[in-house]
Amino acid sequence: MENLVLQALSGLASASSLFLVASGLTVIFGVSRVVNFAHGSLYMLGAYLAWTLVTSLPRGHLGFWGGVLGAAVLVGLIGLVVEVLLLRRIYRAPELFQLLATFGVVLIVQDLALLTWGAQDLLGPRAPGLRGSTEILGLRFPLYELFLIGVGPVVLGLLWLLFHRTRWGTLVRAATQDREMVGALGVNQRMLFTSVFFLGSLLAGLGGALQLPRESVNLHMDLSIITEAFVVVVVGGLGSLSGAALAALLIGELHAFGILIVPKITLVLVFLVMAIVLVVRPHGLLGKPEAAARGGQGSAEPLVGPAPAALRWAALAAALLAVAVPPFLGDYGISVLTEMAIFVLFAASLHLIMGPGGMASFGHAAYFGLGAYGAALAAQWLGAPMLAGLAIAPVMAGIFGLVFGFFCVRLSGVYSAMLTLAFAQIAWSVAFQWVEVTGGDNGILGVWPDAWAAPKLVYYYLALGLCLGATLLLRRVIHAPFGYALRAQRDSSLRAEAIGIDAFRIRWLGFGLAAAAAGVAGGLFAYGKGSVFPTYMGIPRSVDALLMVLLGGVQTLSGPIVGALAFTGLQEQLVRLTDLWRLVLGCVIVALVLFFPQGLAGAARARWEASRGDA
Amino acid sequence: MATLEVEGLAKSFGGVRAVQGVSFTVQPGEMLALIGPNGAGKSTCFNMLNGQLRPDAGVVKLLGRPITGLAPRAVWRLGVGRTFQITATFGSMTVLENVQMALLSHQRRLGGLWRPVARMDAAPARALLERLGMAEQAARPCGILAYGDLKRVELAIALANAPKLLLMDEPTAGMAPQERVALMALTAAIARESGIAVLFTEHDMDVVFAHADRILVLDRGALIAEGAPAAVRADPRVREVYLGSGAVTGAH
Amino acid sequence: MALAAPRIGNAQAAGPIRIGEINSYTAQPAFLQPYRNAWTLAQEQVNAAGGINGRPIETVFRDDAGRPEDAVRLAGELVNAEKVSLLAGGFLSNVGLALGDFANQNKKLFVASEPLTDALVWARGNRYTFRLRASTYMQSAMLVEEAAKLPAKRWATVAPNYEYGQSAVRWFKELLTKARPDVSFVAEQFPALGRIDAGATVQALAAANPEAIFNVTFGADLTNFVRQGSTRGLFERRRVVSLLTGEPEYLDPLGDEAPEDWIVTGYPWDQIDTPAHTPFRDAYRKRWNDYPRLGSVVGYDTVMAIAALLKKAPALETEPLVDAMAGLQFQSVLGPVEFRAIDHQSTMGAFVGRTVLKNGKGAMADWRYADGKDYLPADEVVRTLRPQA
Repeated sequence: MENLVLQALSGLASASSLFLVASGLTVIFGVSRVVNFAHGSLYMLGAYLAWTLVTSLPRGHLGFWGGVLGAAVLVGLIGLVVEVLLLRRIYRAPELFQLLATFGVVLIVQDLALLTWGAQDLLGPRAPGLRGSTEILGLRFPLYELFLIGVGPVVLGLLWLLFHRTRWGTLVRAATQDREMVGALGVNQRMLFTSVFFLGSLLAGLGGALQLPRESVNLHMDLSIITEAFVVVVVGGLGSLSGAALAALLIGELHAFGILIVPKITLVLVFLVMAIVLVVRPHGLLGKPEAAARGGQGSAEPLVGPAPAALRWAALAAALLAVAVPPFLGDYGISVLTEMAIFVLFAASLHLIMGPGGMASFGHAAYFGLGAYGAALAAQWLGAPMLAGLAIAPVMAGIFGLVFGFFCVRLSGVYSAMLTLAFAQIAWSVAFQWVEVTGGDNGILGVWPDAWAAPKLVYYYLALGLCLGATLLLRRVIHAPFGYALRAQRDSSLRAEAIGIDAFRIRWLGFGLAAAAAGVAGGLFAYGKGSVFPTYMGIPRSVDALLMVLLGGVQTLSGPIVGALAFTGLQEQLVRLTDLWRLVLGCVIVALVLFFPQGLAGAARARWEASRGDA
Repeated sequence: MATLEVEGLAKSFGGVRAVQGVSFTVQPGEMLALIGPNGAGKSTCFNMLNGQLRPDAGVVKLLGRPITGLAPRAVWRLGVGRTFQITATFGSMTVLENVQMALLSHQRRLGGLWRPVARMDAAPARALLERLGMAEQAARPCGILAYGDLKRVELAIALANAPKLLLMDEPTAGMAPQERVALMALTAAIARESGIAVLFTEHDMDVVFAHADRILVLDRGALIAEGAPAAVRADPRVREVYLGSGAVTGAH
Repeated sequence: MALAAPRIGNAQAAGPIRIGEINSYTAQPAFLQPYRNAWTLAQEQVNAAGGINGRPIETVFRDDAGRPEDAVRLAGELVNAEKVSLLAGGFLSNVGLALGDFANQNKKLFVASEPLTDALVWARGNRYTFRLRASTYMQSAMLVEEAAKLPAKRWATVAPNYEYGQSAVRWFKELLTKARPDVSFVAEQFPALGRIDAGATVQALAAANPEAIFNVTFGADLTNFVRQGSTRGLFERRRVVSLLTGEPEYLDPLGDEAPEDWIVTGYPWDQIDTPAHTPFRDAYRKRWNDYPRLGSVVGYDTVMAIAALLKKAPALETEPLVDAMAGLQFQSVLGPVEFRAIDHQSTMGAFVGRTVLKNGKGAMADWRYADGKDYLPADEVVRTLRPQA
């Protein structure tokens, strides 16, 4: 009994920490609709800055608490700078484009933190006055954890006062409910967004700084917190502070008690919770359906027409080069091109959902990985030859796409995207955990091509043929009635329904098709690498796909192709050129975002259209 | 047989009765207007007819067949076209493609994965646009069209499945006065020619009295008058409802 | 073919011998920066001493960012574009396995420096893959030897939830139960790597009231576990046996909160004054103005092993290299080490001792060097563990 009470208290302390980070994220999202990947980086910076301040200020209460608060304010200012220099310029860009920018910031901060604070984990001092423990029901419990349990509700209360008792807060709440109305009220929207970013970043920094007496400060803090923070925000309901508090409480407690029953649950618990909550409540625990987007919000999606002659010639030339050049390249050049072909298909499959489908996916790697595992498992357990494995890959991915998609496509916007992430993580954890079948994180080895396809060049032509074929097929689908139906439900679900289109069915089948196409890519990747690992369906791989599509431009059909080539090529080159490739890649991404807010292909088209318009 | 029969339709939102006990019929080729002050329940009524809202009570019959509670897309398949108060079209498609979508859906060909829409026969869609005077706009994207033109596109879309009943929610809102008359005259002509029953709501009383064969007046969720334009205009209860707004005699 | 050159260097062009090195530099900098520093030092020393019969060695480093699939691509690049003679490196087990499989498929020598997984040389061992560092099994066996001497009968385990943590717990349970049939395991915790919920984990362990704990967490997880554990009294009147905790990489960040009297494997760098170690330590401190970590030993000895191999092998082609690698003996900074022909595992050992606080910092005391050759299963057992060609 005593143990259970203490377990509950431990859960409360974690919940409180989680809430601090999530509160900042939900405030920012509520107002700006920016999916801020860099929130975890701000959290990490909060911890590092607090370490620097606290260890250099004189010891004692003032030094410690002053350092913690100082770090929070500094991080708030950093967030403000990011907003003013970067995000402010791209609010009008297509949905989720800001995610690309914040991801660039994540990469930059990772390397800057490494350069500034070094690789070794840092241990901050404990909080003065709260070093030890107290007895609760005869068991010892850390004072600092008790303090943290108090901090969560206090911050929640202060935020409540801020939002309900000040004019600024009222505006923020109004903006959370209806962005355009605030603009109409003549409020200085820029100031509002900037100040909200300051507050949200400050909360992230405070969350990080308050971990100082509890956890070591290290370079993995950013990515380890960001997914969980997003889960809390989404489970609570986007933009809802009390929802975030409730979700943090739920996850903290489920976690504390879950590990008593299933010790390995940590890996997947948050995603299980999110999946269940979103299936039952499509807008989270306390979220409200987003106000239907009105006409005039952003620019209308462009037409989809046959490619202009110039583009056709360019594509043909590129295809010819892709066929003619490789025999003159070394094995390595060929394997890079093989990977590029695979990623082109992977990105194109995601684009089908994101562009014409109008749905976002944060978990598209699941289907890439399921394709890879389908091929590898068939090879390992059934002794299937390569072509059979490659045929199984899209089937496996497609089936799971239909199963997961059945739930995901009912939801909208970020909720839908986060549900795809939840399913992807569940699939990932199965691959990770089911050691007897999948080999766990050690993966499945020896998935090499059959003898006839073993030469790198032969395998390249096989991959090129399949990927190019599948990509062109997807393109064809977009031009066919099914693709039009996908766009129809995206443009106006009301009109689609009124002319007999079953939006759910169209989205569902579109999701399944995209999953199967990603499966083809995954199967080819498996044989290309000779091995399969859970990382194939990990979050970083899903993020890569998102980056490719956004970088290329979600509104153009050639966007995913251009994006995949640019991203893969850039990363491949940078990793070989410099140890600081994350810093350089991050800066390049930020620059591209600023100069090409519609993506590379989008910018090319805009330029082309402008030149035609002038003529 | 009446195209549309409505009996005892009722709907409440959180205890507020938006529509109560509304019954009426629409005959083939007839232009029936549904009018009433703001908040009278016109839109609620409309949305229950094509399945966007599920009524608490009452029956809706299309050509004698009950369609109450069917999804909008199922109602559409039975031959009910619809235009919206705020136009809803596919902004990323051209005018022609918008109409083609309705035609393809009608023919159940939207599952096609291979043949590009661009290479399909566009003649029927063109004919519809021709009819509505939109042929020149066929290649323009709907996303950049003027509002009045969008209303015409919507009408073309609504006519694509050779409907038996047309539901038009404020068909002329946002159009210039001459345009309104032209559009409604066209609608009435098509309705008579093809025997389509048309039920429309409208704010502009000039339009209503010029084009409606019959008028229903709704107030606080209930029908308070029904009949030919002249009779409705003379009805004292109608005058009372509209008193002060001056809307019965003049346009906005 | 038969005219094999007697020695590398003499018979071939005088260009440098290239080594391809792949590691998770951006993902695991805390371990890998000291590793790479020592690698550079070793290479400089080898070349200053005349290289391999006059030919210098040079290394092309690549960062796999913790992704095995990227490691495989980079391996291809190193072999095909950079024309390296052999591959080395690896920190994460799955990266090591992916590289091992690549080596097997492409018939290239791979000297795995760090990955601990037993599968690398056993279940998935192959002709082309060798490993330097003492494996999970070996280090677990070293600790079991100490654990069996403790009176404790009720044990709990805590390990990160991935292959390394799972295998370590499995071996520990198996070997300890064999040595002490009277022990029982009353609780186990498997927090996700890098995301331990330390308060709840500590409380859950305490609730089972074990007499002793076997810990496999390391890095940030370990720090958080130790902090919560000591504040909540988990380690009082309980013995803790802990893998890797004595390595400076993991012990030093704990500062004055380092746990006392844990039985650990590790590396008491400041106390090893052997003829092999002292020059290494001095040279490292001189070159980098920092003290060596265990990663430094691994990086340095990988280069030294490769240098010994290159001096022994008759030619730079893979097959002669692999033949020379089997049974290769060299002088590591920890003592003489042999790459066993039977399973390609080196006999590099580890230091076993207990932790103490010294001058406000964690350190190891009462330590001894456990030679790896004494902590490997009997040859006939090894043959059943490894696919026999």
